[in-house]
Amino acid sequence: MDFSRVFDLLVLGGGNAALCAAITAREAGLSVLVVESAPVHYRGGNSRHTRNLRAMHSGPLDVLTDAYPEEEYWQDLVKVTAGLTDERLARMTIRGTESHLPWMRRHGVRFQAPLGGTLHLARTNAFFLGGGKALVNAYYAAAERLGVGISYDTEVTDLEMQGDRFVSATVSTRGEEHRIRAQAVVAASGGFESNLEWLREAWGPPADNFLIRGTPYNMGRVLKLLLAKGAKPVGDATQGHCVAIDARSPKFDGGIVTRVDAVSLGIVVNRDARRFYDEGEDFWPKRYAIWGRLVANEPGQIAYSIIDAKSMGKFMPPVYPPLKAASIAELARALGLDAAALERTVAGFNASVRPGTFDHTKLDDCATEGLAPPKTHWARRIDTPPFFAYPLRPGITFTYLGVGVDDKARMLMGDGKPSANVFAAGEIMAGNVLGKGYLAGIGMAIGTTFGRIAGEEAARHVRA
Amino acid sequence: MSGPRPRLEALVEEAQRMLAICNACRYCEGYCAVFPAVERRLAFDEGDIHYLANLCHNCGACLYACQYAPPHEFQLNFPLMLARVRKETYRKYAWPGALASAFERNGTVVAVAAALAIALLFAITAGASDPQAFFGAHSDGEGSFYAVMPHETMAAIFGAVFAFVVLALGIGAARFWLGTGESLADFAASQPLSSAAWDAAVLRNLDAGPRRTFHHLTFYGFMLCFAATAVGTIYHYVFDIRAPYPLWSLPVLLGTLGGLGLIAGPLGLIALRHRRDPDLTDRSQSGMDASFLVLLLLLGTTGLALLAFRETRAMGVLLALHLGVVLAFFATMPYGKFVHAPYRLAALVRFHLERRRPLPSIGPE
Repeated sequence: MDFSRVFDLLVLGGGNAALCAAITAREAGLSVLVVESAPVHYRGGNSRHTRNLRAMHSGPLDVLTDAYPEEEYWQDLVKVTAGLTDERLARMTIRGTESHLPWMRRHGVRFQAPLGGTLHLARTNAFFLGGGKALVNAYYAAAERLGVGISYDTEVTDLEMQGDRFVSATVSTRGEEHRIRAQAVVAASGGFESNLEWLREAWGPPADNFLIRGTPYNMGRVLKLLLAKGAKPVGDATQGHCVAIDARSPKFDGGIVTRVDAVSLGIVVNRDARRFYDEGEDFWPKRYAIWGRLVANEPGQIAYSIIDAKSMGKFMPPVYPPLKAASIAELARALGLDAAALERTVAGFNASVRPGTFDHTKLDDCATEGLAPPKTHWARRIDTPPFFAYPLRPGITFTYLGVGVDDKARMLMGDGKPSANVFAAGEIMAGNVLGKGYLAGIGMAIGTTFGRIAGEEAARHVRA
Repeated sequence: MSGPRPRLEALVEEAQRMLAICNACRYCEGYCAVFPAVERRLAFDEGDIHYLANLCHNCGACLYACQYAPPHEFQLNFPLMLARVRKETYRKYAWPGALASAFERNGTVVAVAAALAIALLFAITAGASDPQAFFGAHSDGEGSFYAVMPHETMAAIFGAVFAFVVLALGIGAARFWLGTGESLADFAASQPLSSAAWDAAVLRNLDAGPRRTFHHLTFYGFMLCFAATAVGTIYHYVFDIRAPYPLWSLPVLLGTLGGLGLIAGPLGLIALRHRRDPDLTDRSQSGMDASFLVLLLLLGTTGLALLAFRETRAMGVLLALHLGVVLAFFATMPYGKFVHAPYRLAALVRFHLERRRPLPSIGPE
């Protein structure tokens, strides 16, 4: 790789947004270099772990059924973010998605019907055949065909800026340092969720017990450098997408399989064998994203989902087998919990379960009475051995702290004015649109929209 | 006393570990029949794993898409694991069981069988004809082949071998089928069977590409040759018309087309094998795969050579050679790569059978 030439565009990062920007700029005639901090096997950041993109459409489109109009998409976003979003940028993202599917297909991405267990997304979300890694592979192949330069194992260690203008980036690759100059730069290097020190700074000691579901390469170096150079921050460091995952999962990169979908079928207790939240508040797909934070707030950041034989096999199979016991006391011992305390909790729960007609496919009338916290749906006595438990810990998917952008994907400086030649796309700026909460497939929608815009705008800037 | 665990048992455990990951992920669902078959299950017994292994074409799409593929700590190489299991199913269900060891060092076994078969044919033809007939030039007059190889001898040898092969393959396939836990009556259910046959005929679960093209050339080449033989048999017994048949006769036309397929197809598949990703390849099966392709290639080349030179002095040698190759091919059918065909078909039948059964309920969609 010749690092000494002056590139038209330097792309920092190697996931979905980075590649969308690189491909778009290259197709507009720019010379483009992508620097990816991961080795080739782990390239693609968190895009590796994604599986779909939420797209608006006015009629059946590709694998998407029916219609998903802009207004409905916008309302869905308002609901999950509780209004913590920039309407202009959000609507821009949403409108952009309509043209993404054909663009993605042209660059080698293939789609498939919604996966087993995700029929509720058939109308709104286009699933990638083979998932995000297949998408990433397709984009790298397209980028290579087009002549985009790609440097793996390449970390950004410094950025040279003159005021709001990017001049060069210092990178370290295979033990060597290089200074790379470019007319424009796209920062698409993700959040900081793999940076344990930074997580601890933001969350305090509980962060030590967090698991990182995604790539170990999102260290937030570029984000930190940009903020230090005067970029306008967006969002706050304690906001992140955090779900409860199996406590036995790897520290990093466990991805989708680490989820445990048994919560709404049973009870969840903490280290003291006490319940702490309504497990049946709403359908699991609408609630899984709050449980990471709930577990994070419990002592030791650990909890246990407990079900009985009636519920076994009635949810997506988790990757790790449950702990199994013939009695509640035995289960408590297997989990290292106080047996008497767990027996008390289960007995108290069972005594408060009111008769009803169990139906997991709707908000049924099986609820507890006189119990705090209550279980408002799908409450059935835990009385049929064998009993099963899944240990849970908070699993961080991604962080929301990022840099501000305008509608041309230009990074905003502290004074609110856009930088001349620094663009941002993907997770590093997702906080502009997604201030909190999460909507399935919105991350890829933001990354693809802003990646493509960043590529176009960088080309316009370089040409001017 | 504890010896090393049997290979298949260890493989089944490894498969169960991987399947728990695949079943929780499901990103590969759209690639082929394997993944929808996985998702019907919450647990996998040994028969299920044999079934899944024989549904897989080893195309590798799922490995390249896999976020858990090595070097990830989950070390998930699903297609390679299925390839290993597949070979063990060939051994396990082979009949008679005493011949199952042919799947060890299968390349050598097939090569030795081929050499013996060719030698046997030379011995028979040498014994049956005088040197003048064997090395003489014959016109295309009816029956010239039989001057070298008496028809009754040929029919007796090949009839007996063919009957044995059908029996051995049938018993192997039936054992495989019963091993998955299905009943024999269900195999014959017409709807699943015809859907499965169609999937096999068009290789629906293998993406379009050179591998599918060359497999089609090989498979349809083989079927055309088989059809040529069948038509020839009818000509002989029903119409009393003797080989060699004229160039524009049905058996020769079918055989020529088939022979060309059996040259182009195996040559292409052999070339692809050399470019194959080592991550997808179970090296212990290289001999089995290669020897099967080479035998098919020899079937095509010796058949066409016999056609081209049947009026020259080389006819006797070529006839003995070709029949030797045919004999070797048939004799090794139940103990070589050919068994993938009946097992794959059976697996596809099970797939279509299962599609008609209700899915396990896993809660709100």
